[in-house]
Amino acid sequence: MIFECLVLLIAWSVLLLPVTAAVFVLLSRFSLFHPIQWISECTSLLTASSTIFSLVVLCGVVLITGLFNLEFYTLVPSIPCSRMALLGTVLHPRQCVHSLVYCTMGMLVMWCASVTIGGRYSTLGIPCRQSESGEVVTCLNEYHLFLLLAGAFMGYSHSFLGVVQNMYYVSFQPIQQYKYPRFKGCLPMVVKCSVIQSLYSARNFAALYFFFGYAPKTWISSTLHLQIDSSLQPLDSLTGLLDFSLLYHLTISGTFLYFTWYLTVLLFRIYVTEVLKCEGFIVGYMKANDITLVPFFALQDLALLSQHSLSRRLEVFCLSQPGGHPHNWNAISRECLSLLSELTQRLVAHQDAVASNGRVKSQSASSDTRSASLSSSGKDIAETPRLGVPALTAPFTPDVDSPFSSPAIRRLVGQQEPRSPWFGTVQSPHIMRRGPKLWSASTGLNRGFSLSKMFSSNVQLPEASSQALFADSQVHIWALQGLSHLVAASFSEDQFGVVQTTLPNILSCLVVLLEAVDRHFKLPHASSKPARAVCRMGDSTYKTLRFALRAALKTAIYKITTTFGEHLNAVNISTEHRKRLQQFLEFKE
Amino acid sequence: MCSLGVFPAPVTAAQTLLERNNELLSALHPGEHPQPCDLPSPQFTRDTLKGHSRPESSSRSAFLDQRDTLWMRSAGAWRDAGLYGLLDEITNSAEEVPRFLAVGSACVLALLRWASSFHGSLFPHLTLSSDEMVAEFSQMSDSALRSFAWHPHTDKFAVALLDDSIRIYKSNSSATPTLKHRCQRSVCALQWKPLCGSALAVACQSCLLIWHVDPTSLSTRPSSGCAQVLSHPGHSPITSIAWSPTGSLLVSASPVDTAMMVWDVAAESAVPLQRVGGGGVTYLSWSPDGSRLLAATPSALFRVWETRMWTCERWPCLKGSCQVRKLRKLSITVFELMYAFIYFFKLTFFSQTSWDPRGERLAVLLKGDSQAVNHPSVIAVFKTRSSPVFELLPCGFVMGEAGAEPRFMQFHPHFQHGALLTVCWSDGRISHVPFYFSSAGLLGGDSPQQALASNTADHSSNKLYTEQIS
Repeated sequence: MIFECLVLLIAWSVLLLPVTAAVFVLLSRFSLFHPIQWISECTSLLTASSTIFSLVVLCGVVLITGLFNLEFYTLVPSIPCSRMALLGTVLHPRQCVHSLVYCTMGMLVMWCASVTIGGRYSTLGIPCRQSESGEVVTCLNEYHLFLLLAGAFMGYSHSFLGVVQNMYYVSFQPIQQYKYPRFKGCLPMVVKCSVIQSLYSARNFAALYFFFGYAPKTWISSTLHLQIDSSLQPLDSLTGLLDFSLLYHLTISGTFLYFTWYLTVLLFRIYVTEVLKCEGFIVGYMKANDITLVPFFALQDLALLSQHSLSRRLEVFCLSQPGGHPHNWNAISRECLSLLSELTQRLVAHQDAVASNGRVKSQSASSDTRSASLSSSGKDIAETPRLGVPALTAPFTPDVDSPFSSPAIRRLVGQQEPRSPWFGTVQSPHIMRRGPKLWSASTGLNRGFSLSKMFSSNVQLPEASSQALFADSQVHIWALQGLSHLVAASFSEDQFGVVQTTLPNILSCLVVLLEAVDRHFKLPHASSKPARAVCRMGDSTYKTLRFALRAALKTAIYKITTTFGEHLNAVNISTEHRKRLQQFLEFKE
Repeated sequence: MCSLGVFPAPVTAAQTLLERNNELLSALHPGEHPQPCDLPSPQFTRDTLKGHSRPESSSRSAFLDQRDTLWMRSAGAWRDAGLYGLLDEITNSAEEVPRFLAVGSACVLALLRWASSFHGSLFPHLTLSSDEMVAEFSQMSDSALRSFAWHPHTDKFAVALLDDSIRIYKSNSSATPTLKHRCQRSVCALQWKPLCGSALAVACQSCLLIWHVDPTSLSTRPSSGCAQVLSHPGHSPITSIAWSPTGSLLVSASPVDTAMMVWDVAAESAVPLQRVGGGGVTYLSWSPDGSRLLAATPSALFRVWETRMWTCERWPCLKGSCQVRKLRKLSITVFELMYAFIYFFKLTFFSQTSWDPRGERLAVLLKGDSQAVNHPSVIAVFKTRSSPVFELLPCGFVMGEAGAEPRFMQFHPHFQHGALLTVCWSDGRISHVPFYFSSAGLLGGDSPQQALASNTADHSSNKLYTEQIS
């Protein structure tokens, strides 16, 4: 599935390439006072062999961009919790390769752009006349070099911002849309982002070149034995840089460059998050080569079917033919509840970690026991295959023992990703001693969290630990929606009462999770809202996932309490939980 | 099929109190209690409320004319009126700027004006100013009340007042929180979030505010920190909002923006759904089961969105743009029957309808003639039935006190003994008119609330749980 998606993505990007190239040519050759000459020049240029060659090179660039998207995309963002962790991510070898490739691609695109613009930008060497002897030698064309270096700079900044802004994080939209309307809706945003990013990059690069431009210039000219034409104004001076036409072409080329890349990112996001429309498409996803998507799609499908499809809900509530066991419902509720209780455990562990870190060492005994229990619970999570969300597919495929369960889940809950920069590299005895406590809690967050503690407490990024805790909460939100809709629908649709048996479990699980979430929001920085991003290609949805989770949780409980009403008094749950549910019945939450 | 002639003659100058035994009783009947239910019915007068402050530009005339430098004036014009203001300022100060700049800006300004007048001739509402547009496309009235919303689950309602504050009234509680916010200007619409006790969405002139009013708190002035501000460039003034029945999404619309925004409120992210044509979106309404969404435009067009994959159907205008201009104010509770109403009433003379949640009473606000003395606005109430065939029977007119005209109205979402109509009058009074009846049948059965009502109605036969605990 994912490779079909990649092929389609690259096909579309390549098809769109001539269009963007034509727009680029039109803009780069723009002249206000000679419109006819402008149009005729552009049409002749578009059919020239050099342009065709440039297009072939650009297709190669698009192909590599698509491959990198496929390799780097993630559904659970990695959130560095301190500046050191961020630095580690940026300097990671994998990221270095990424930056290097993007620098090269940036130079390639800029080379194509400079060839297309033509004129003084077209080649690296130009003939010039030496002032003293008068003979014609090959000189360095600084304009060409300037554009090439700008390409490398933009490539690096794209790669860098990709890490900082989580460019490769793919989020799911709150609503479903078909591919074409979604693409159409997002296109203006992409254009705007690429223009803005290009303007920023052009400004930064001009400043950089002004200060350090001399070094690459002399290096290139000495290695390639090119003279420097002293009669021309050097570009690393103020007057050289204040050339309107140069800055215009730099911005236009930068926009073209960013647009090509952003478009690929956008198309990739659209293709990855697309939901197939046919009934029972989960089976299709089971054949998917990429297992990371399966739990996401299974849960999204659960949320949708519980809301929209009566026939599939009835399938959930039905009993197995010989034996009369509600296998479907049991599988679904078990998986959802284990997901939610795993989140509860994670939250409680985080609260304990925060509380105990603030305390003095005299309580080491108690904290030891706590850490021991933590580590055991963490191991539990890591080793238990029952967490497998793919078993959700039980209603649709008969085999419950899905081969995908454990690796999918490991990536799903973000446990100890082996490519994380700090995994296995930390040798400090201090860390080692604190090991069981630091590493046992389920997510990667405590890693960065405690590391930052070690380096210095004030470099820790605020909110980051909170964001990291809820980084994969989209699945929890879907589980909550699916579960609450199914329970609410069972009030009128469940003929055999299969939901009744699990209702006390569900209610207490939700209430316990609500208490944990409430406590979490009392921690410092947890309830502060992140600043709104102005215009960025990076998706910042993960920053507000904790608020979305809280809202979804409350809505889920309200959905159940309003549907069942006074009948809830007959459900067997503990007194505190009943008190809490009474608040919901009276709409006092 | 049903003309106003068969209605019982309205009793003028007497406030209608309630319906009992298929008869509307007014205050003239002896032995009736003046307020039959314990719901608060406050009254606001225009004098006690300070109107919203004037825009800053109009207060300029009160001060002596001070010549700033050109830079300062240009920056101010850019901040106040955007590109238009800047170009205007440059053109007007031709003696201070180079000639080519003044001529250039004059040309650009003329070009922009020509383009916008062309655009405005296609969509006349775009030439209105922001305030006029708010007045045109919202249910705003001349009274001290601007908008009204019942909470969908509890006995609690919110009222937006002329001074841009919002008050929240609860039954059995004397605490009335007053909500004020810097961005809360020209409130057009209010709606409580379904399946939530606290969230109230407010459509303002420049943004969308989501108040989180803690129901257990006794505070009378919740701080503005309790409000989330949602805004999107180009998406203002917002005149209509609609929560999805599950409370997960909020849709907002503006008459100037061709895109309507689908908000994920908790995440503060919006997905614009753009369809050119129509020139904006003025009215939104979800179907009760959440499967479709109606979006009306200022011109002769409206759309019905299907909310699974968010594709839309264009519906043709039925009787010219005049009817569709009325349609934008149509409050539809039962989606499928909307078209029946368009045909029954020709949509020429009423401006608002409201259907009670059980589908048994329909209130129609008949627009009066503001010039004629004897033609005030009145509310006609019909009895409706959808099975076996759709039926409309006259019930009567709901009258207010002498001189008061109804401005807007809404049925209580879950009144136990029938239906309860809340009417906001032009003299700033809010009154509740209960209709006592026993439910005869259910309308359509597509509404989850109705299904719920039927299930919970007979406790004895439909007991889910045996009593496990004493």
